[in-house]
Amino acid sequence: MVELILAKYNYWIVIILMMLGFYAVIARGNLIKKIIGINLFQISVFLFYITMAKVKGGTAPILWDKSQVYDNPLPHCLMLTAIVVGVSTTAVALALIIKIHKAFGTMEEDGIIIEQQREYIKGRV
Amino acid sequence: MRFLQHLPVLVILIPLISAVVIPVIGRVNRFACWIVSCVALFFSLSGSIYLLNKVANTGKVTYHLGGWKPPWGIEYSIDHLNGFVITVIAFIAFVVAFYAEKSVEHEIEERKIPAFYSIYMLLITGLMGIVITGDIFNLYVFLEISSLAGYALVALGKHRNALVASFNYLIFGTIAGTFILIGIGYIYMQTGTLNIADLRERLPEFYNSTVILTAFAFFTVGLCLKVALFPLHFWLPKVYNYSPSVVSSIMAAVGTKVGLYVMLRVMFTVFKVEFSVENVPIANILIIISSIAIVVGSILAIAQTKIKLMLAYSSIGQVGYIVLGATLTNQIAMTGSIIHILNHALMKGSLFLIVGCLVYKAGIERIDDLEGMGKRMPFTMAAFTVSGLSMIGVPLTVGFVSKWHIAIGALDAGMWYFVPVLIISSLLTAVYFWRIIEKIYFYEEPALLHEDRRVNININWDRREKRENFGDRRINLERRSEFKGTRRKNKEDRRRQLDKQWQPLEQWDEHGRWEVVKNDRRVSEEDRRQFMPDRRSLEGIGRRTRDYNLALIKRGEAPWTMLAPTLVLSGACIFFGIAAKIPVAIAEKAAAMLLR
Repeated sequence: MVELILAKYNYWIVIILMMLGFYAVIARGNLIKKIIGINLFQISVFLFYITMAKVKGGTAPILWDKSQVYDNPLPHCLMLTAIVVGVSTTAVALALIIKIHKAFGTMEEDGIIIEQQREYIKGRV
Repeated sequence: MRFLQHLPVLVILIPLISAVVIPVIGRVNRFACWIVSCVALFFSLSGSIYLLNKVANTGKVTYHLGGWKPPWGIEYSIDHLNGFVITVIAFIAFVVAFYAEKSVEHEIEERKIPAFYSIYMLLITGLMGIVITGDIFNLYVFLEISSLAGYALVALGKHRNALVASFNYLIFGTIAGTFILIGIGYIYMQTGTLNIADLRERLPEFYNSTVILTAFAFFTVGLCLKVALFPLHFWLPKVYNYSPSVVSSIMAAVGTKVGLYVMLRVMFTVFKVEFSVENVPIANILIIISSIAIVVGSILAIAQTKIKLMLAYSSIGQVGYIVLGATLTNQIAMTGSIIHILNHALMKGSLFLIVGCLVYKAGIERIDDLEGMGKRMPFTMAAFTVSGLSMIGVPLTVGFVSKWHIAIGALDAGMWYFVPVLIISSLLTAVYFWRIIEKIYFYEEPALLHEDRRVNININWDRREKRENFGDRRINLERRSEFKGTRRKNKEDRRRQLDKQWQPLEQWDEHGRWEVVKNDRRVSEEDRRQFMPDRRSLEGIGRRTRDYNLALIKRGEAPWTMLAPTLVLSGACIFFGIAAKIPVAIAEKAAAMLLR
């Protein structure tokens, strides 16, 4: 069992990070914490790609006389794109949170729901 | 010709470039933004029609980006399926952009208008890129471009709940996108390629590997989230409800359709049919889920009181139709499902545009307020009826063609028990549309609209001691608290304040006609002459009796730039219903290709 964990420890880290992030997205009420969760979730996927690109004994994919084996550079490139996507998602999300904080006066999900219900009731009376 | 050779990439590049150019132009002239986006989308539309025509004549069209040969470089490949879908997207996008000018002016803050057009073009770039690309990672990138643009567009809605809806959409969308990314990672890990055609060749030997099964699971869940298939639909209604009409129109018409396209691609092109049916029973599971989605979506739609929410829930049902038709894995049903993509894009686009017209002209959002609209806006309501009939699936509309194919396909596949599902949901659709059509054509037109109450209070503001006797008490109280802190130093200030309050009356001709109403009904011609039209006598009304107040009767249609696109879309529902041969011929070939 211990060997199994140790042999593929990088994948275990990916899984643990992913679940932590996913849990934070689902369970946390604070919008910023949700975004942190989303970031963790995405970063675990980046790690997953990068770890899959590693070749045993490989060096950086640069032409070099002493090296015969190179790591796979393609997933690295893919992840550069995915990182850009992740950053822009975070940026949009943070901008939205600022707006939400201005409009509702809170960043907690419960607080927003209470505000919405208050408005709804006001509209009904 | 060299230009035509590069058309597959130009179709996407030109909206992308215009997305960058528009904010710059917007600094000089806002009107020019609209023209630039229309011209760019018109180019995309004609380009995609040309491509579709070429595909129909010669078969697959491929384009190698930067001259790199696949599977190393990114390949754009257009076959019958994505030629069809990209034409639908370009058509709807152009029509909606043409419509946008007035509606956006009305629903979005003025300084944000150039940004709106820019993000809109980015959204279209993303959607068209998803469809046209033949590289699965490229597909993910375009998916994220379109989603990010979508979040920003939804947040442009005026109501503050739009922000929350957008945020929820962002969370769900990012999770879905990341799931798809994980799926791509697993596939790449096993096969070492990202090109869709290449994947199709290489995947079969790994069909029993757990890595591929996991990848497929991630793809399915991610895509179900993206298309808002029934149990994962929670983000959708609020997004459609609170975003500006133009945005809900484009999102409902083509946003989810593109997700469905990706679903078809992944299930039937990246993986072969045998895998989706035999190795994993995912097709069978999706058949059941989508049947539930069809019925539940229709039932939830009946329960709604707001037009936009009703349309949103019916979208959930319609997505179910497309998934059902596809997962029956029968060629006729698949044809029906592909035509339903066209049908749903046309009618849902048209319906949301109509809602935009209603908001623009009469400020109506609730179903109850539609009473008597048949007389007030005859063309718009005719378009509404036609699109509604297309959604129900009445013969001579394109809705009939698609539902007929799905039903025949279900019989052909020996699964007759799905035909009652189709019939029941069509009846439920008829219920919630007939409810509205009845209100439109068979109800007396009420005089009192929302705006009049505000006016009433404005009138009474002069005589503060009496204000609680008039009009709507609730709004009165709100008004009072709003003005509690303002101390008026002298009469001049007060007069100015009052003039501000009077502003709606200044726009006499532009918005319609003010009428005197008594107990919510319009009063006779003589009575009206007694009170109208000078401002003095309007003040007098409030002074004399509480029974009379003012109503703004907004007559007539929306301006032609809004009306024409609406009519074009709903007319297309009938056109493709009668000339069904054109879409059916393409859809049949696409279906044959998918089920190969």
